[in-house]
Parts: sequence; C-alpha cells; structure tokens
Amino acid sequence: MFETFQVLRDSFPYLLQGAGVTALAVAGAMAFGFLIGIHIAVFQVYGPWWLRRMVGAYVWFFRGVPILVLLFLFYFGLFSLIGINLSALTSVILVLGMTSGAYQSQIYRGAIQSLSYGQLKAARALGMSDTRAIVSIILPQALRLSIPGFSNEYSIILKDSALAFVLGTTEIMARTHFVASRTYQHLPLYLMAALLYFILTGIGVKMLRKLEEKVRIPGYSHHQG
Amino acid sequence: MTNPEPRPVLQVRNISKKLGGKQILQGVSFELRKRELKVLIGPSGGGKSTLLQCINFLIPPDEGEIFLKGQEIHIHRKRDLYAYRQKVGMIFQDFNLFDHLNALDNVSIALRKVKKMTKTAARDRAVVELERVGIGDKAELYPSQLSGGQKQRVSIARALAMDPEVMLLDEPTSALDPELIGEVLTVIRNLAQDGMTMIMATHQIGFIRALADEILFMQEGKIIEQGTPFDLLMPGKNSRTQAFCSKLQELSEEPDI
Repeated sequence: MFETFQVLRDSFPYLLQGAGVTALAVAGAMAFGFLIGIHIAVFQVYGPWWLRRMVGAYVWFFRGVPILVLLFLFYFGLFSLIGINLSALTSVILVLGMTSGAYQSQIYRGAIQSLSYGQLKAARALGMSDTRAIVSIILPQALRLSIPGFSNEYSIILKDSALAFVLGTTEIMARTHFVASRTYQHLPLYLMAALLYFILTGIGVKMLRKLEEKVRIPGYSHHQG
Repeated sequence: MTNPEPRPVLQVRNISKKLGGKQILQGVSFELRKRELKVLIGPSGGGKSTLLQCINFLIPPDEGEIFLKGQEIHIHRKRDLYAYRQKVGMIFQDFNLFDHLNALDNVSIALRKVKKMTKTAARDRAVVELERVGIGDKAELYPSQLSGGQKQRVSIARALAMDPEVMLLDEPTSALDPELIGEVLTVIRNLAQDGMTMIMATHQIGFIRALADEILFMQEGKIIEQGTPFDLLMPGKNSRTQAFCSKLQELSEEPDI
C-alpha cells in the first residue's frame, strides 16, 4: 500500500508533464483542424462544384481511415518519403489536426446551412462581396452555433491523442505506460492517467461552455429571461 | 406626386428569367426617373419579387439590360457590381437583419466594411438613420428583441445609410401584423415625400392611391397594364388592376372566420 503511494507520488510530476504535452498536442490539433474545417465548410457550401468535390474527397479520406493508420502512414511513410523530418509531437499535431479538420468541417457546415439565406442576400444587396459577407455576417453566427459541436470534438480528440504514444510522444499515456512497466503498479497508475484525461476534458468543456455563454446573442436563449 | 426629372435614374430593359424550367419574367421593361415612386402589383407568382431581385442581380437575369444613370451594369465586373449595389437599396419582405448584430451595428456594418468609414463616423451615421426612422432609442437592441415593424425600420435605416440613388422594396409590409403596417408605411411615405426614387411591390391600396406615380400590374412575368392610380383605379375604369384591387379590398373587409 505504501509502495503504491510512493510510486504515485514520485511519478505524479512526470505524469503531469505528460498532461502538458497532451494539452499542447490537442490545442495544436484543434487549432489546425479549425483552420482546415472552416475552409472546407465554406467551400462545401459556397464553392464551385470542383472545389466541393475536392474537399469532399478530403473529408471522406480522413473520416474513413483509422487515426492509428494515419499516424503510421504519415510519420513513417509520407513525411519521410517527401524528405521532411518532423518530431513525433509535430506529426501527431498534424495528423490529429487534419483528421479533426474533416470532422470539424461538418460541424461548421451544419451551422452555416442553418442560417437563413436571406441574410446573405441582404449582405450582397449592401454591396458586400461574398467573401466579405461570409466573414462579417455568416461566420460570426455559424461559429457561435458550432461551440457545442466543437466541445464534443475537443473531448474526442483529447482521448484520441492517447494514440500518439505509439510514435513515442511523451504524453500522458506513453509516460504512464513507461512507469507502469517498470513498477508493476498498473492499476493505480492507469487510474491516475484516466483521472488526468478526465480533468483535462472537464476543463476544456467548461471553458467552451463559458465561451458559449459569453458570446450568446441577446434574445436568442432557450431559457427564460 | 412630386415633379420627376426627365432623365431616368434606373432603366430596366427586356429582363427575362427562367427558374426551375418556368419562365418567371418575360421581357420586362420600365424606367424610374428621379423622385418617382412606381408600384408593382399583381397576383403572387407573377414575378414581382424576381423582377426586383433581378434589378440588383441577387438573381442574375438571363436576358436584358440594366442601366443606372445611363451606365450599363455588367454582373461579371464584380467591382462595378458591388458599387452599383451600394447605390441600390433593397428592403425585403422578411427584413433579413443580421441576427448577431444590434440595430446600430446592423446599420453601420456596411458603412465600415464596404464604405470603409471609421468606426465613429459609421456609428454617428447609423444613429442619424435610426432616428430618421423613429427608433433611435432601440439602437442597442438585437433583432430578436424587436417587433416586426421595428425590424423593418432598421432594415430601411440600413439601406438609407448607404445613400442609395434608388430603393427596391419587396412587399415591405406583407410579413407584418396589421397594427404594425402603419409605422412602416409612414417611414416609406416620408421617404417618398423627401424625393427618394423607389420601386415597390405592395398591395396597400390606400398607400398606392395616395403616393404612387405609376402602377405596374404584373402577371405571368409580364407588365400587362400600367398607368397612374387615377387612370387605373378610378371607378368604372374596368382595368385588370381595378378588378384585382377590388378583390383585395373585399378580402380585407371580410370578417375573420
């Protein structure tokens, strides 16, 4: 019992650093995925047919292949094939980001399509280009509507990031695995890892909830008052 | 009712449009001179709304030409098209306010983003326009906090802020409760009296009689009758317009079932 406590105490800072790496990987992947996703969504709704077709293929590919396969494919395959040498962490951020971009795009597309076409017409009638209208009128509303879906995507990517340990990234899962295989304290250590993921999910979801409240358009609540 | 100048501000020539295999507009032409108010009436599906949206190319016409002050507008010259649209204000039946912006920002956003005015200048102008349509005190409210009549007045302020040469009004009071129609019509009447050049689809007969310089009666994509309210609406004229308007009158007087 004492031994268990000692292992947990000694490895806690080490695991906490892992949580930092996990947070960094997820933040990077979500941000990269946001950039990809928002463009795909806009192209899918407003783009010409050939662009819709292209981004459609992208979404199909990244939603259709397991992340584990993608990680191996890019890290051991594509990245070395085209001669760029990326760290495991960077590769994880890129692969998770590209995958998340495919999923995020559909959150934003749904939100854009829920807005009335009339607002776009009104923006055009005032002399706005389509790009201006999308940036100033459509996206500010679509992004607000996307926060609940984004929160979902965050909690999924956070947990998918555990797969990064197969590339040797020193995040929560890899560090826990490393300590557990030396100390044989599997149960308490993996419980600790579970707790760290649980807390990270909670923090992110809570922050997004706060953001949602903060940017809510007055008069648009489903609550009274 | 005012004295129009001879040179037309807006010329619409031979506009045709097919939508979903159906010929919506068949060679429609008309002109608007400065300070004129022309009114489009006719049965729904007759092409009034499509015509108005063809004028500022929200719906690109298949055929025909549009001139503003003698200058032909080409839809493929984007810069010219955007500049043209700034000069042609549009009012929609269902307001189409920007839901995420309060009344003030609904009016000022195009001033900032399109006319590139400074934030303060745009704000000042928006306040002036909101006061002009009688809702200066609602500047901070969001569309969902406004009544239909107030929303439509915000949308009129939004169009006026761009200093339009012409305004297109697509049934501006059709989506309003009866008791809210008056406040919007008053604003439009003031515009007409200030000399704004307008083409408006509406079925408000009292308004038409009092203010329209000309009525264009549209049916099946064509203007089938046109003339002054006096020519078309006086009893005994026996026009298609007369028959249509009597029908409207009859319906509005019918008690609720």
